[in-house]
Amino acid sequence: MIDLILNYIAGILILVGALFTLTASIGLLRLPDLYTRMHAASKAGTLGSCVVLLALALQSNDAAIALRALAGILFFLLTVPISSHLLAKAAHGAGYNLWEHSKRDDLTIAEEKARRAKPAAGTKTPDN
Amino acid sequence: MMARYQYNILLALAWAALTGSFTLTNFAFGLLLSIGVLYLATEQTNALSNIVRLGRMVGLAVLFVHELVLSGWRVARLVLSPKMTMAPGIFAYPLKVDRDFEITLLANLITLTPGTLSVDVSEDRRMLFVHAIDCSDVEGAIRDIEEGFERKIIRAFGR
Repeated sequence: MIDLILNYIAGILILVGALFTLTASIGLLRLPDLYTRMHAASKAGTLGSCVVLLALALQSNDAAIALRALAGILFFLLTVPISSHLLAKAAHGAGYNLWEHSKRDDLTIAEEKARRAKPAAGTKTPDN
Repeated sequence: MMARYQYNILLALAWAALTGSFTLTNFAFGLLLSIGVLYLATEQTNALSNIVRLGRMVGLAVLFVHELVLSGWRVARLVLSPKMTMAPGIFAYPLKVDRDFEITLLANLITLTPGTLSVDVSEDRRMLFVHAIDCSDVEGAIRDIEEGFERKIIRAFGR
């Protein structure tokens, strides 16, 4: 009886996870620039994979497999934000612009401020 | 100086190694034992705050899972809506936490929560640049992070 219920729950979870992964890939296609795409990939993608792994952990009936699935979830949560952060940072560093309808970009403003401040500091240093 | 929970984990690992069985239940038992041992070995107030901290970490984890589900749902709704109306942008978030570990944790949590993605940390580590799908209410977004994750991180890990 419990097995049956667990099977149903696992099946539903796999379906839900697959749907989230599907929306992640649709988002990759439809969203306008890298930054908004990373939203879809990092959030919906992580959630989809984690839910599927959770289904595996429930369905396996084996502590060793369930533990490994849970460890997989943990590693997803630890690594996905870092990789998406690095991708976004690298894209911004390489000069990849935000979508044209974006509202604001404090990072570019801050970088330009730093660039303007540097030559001013540079003119002072020869005196030292 | 190692934090107390690191001692807990080390002691639990030692327990698992000594009893020769690395199952989850045995490890959890070792963890319970280590909390008890540290409680006896140190002053009461410290040990108590250790347990309180553990509770706060669990609270942080619960909040995080809730936000993750919500954010997946929001992305799905945005992506599947025919017109995709949004006003994305990057805003600067003034950091209160100052240790690398805490900044990393906060940045990771921000990335996995609804509508926000951390892009960069300023060199003086005072600003976190966050990309948001919806930049129409930046003050509200900053307040949400301040009163949600950052406060909880400070309460769970702060000195």
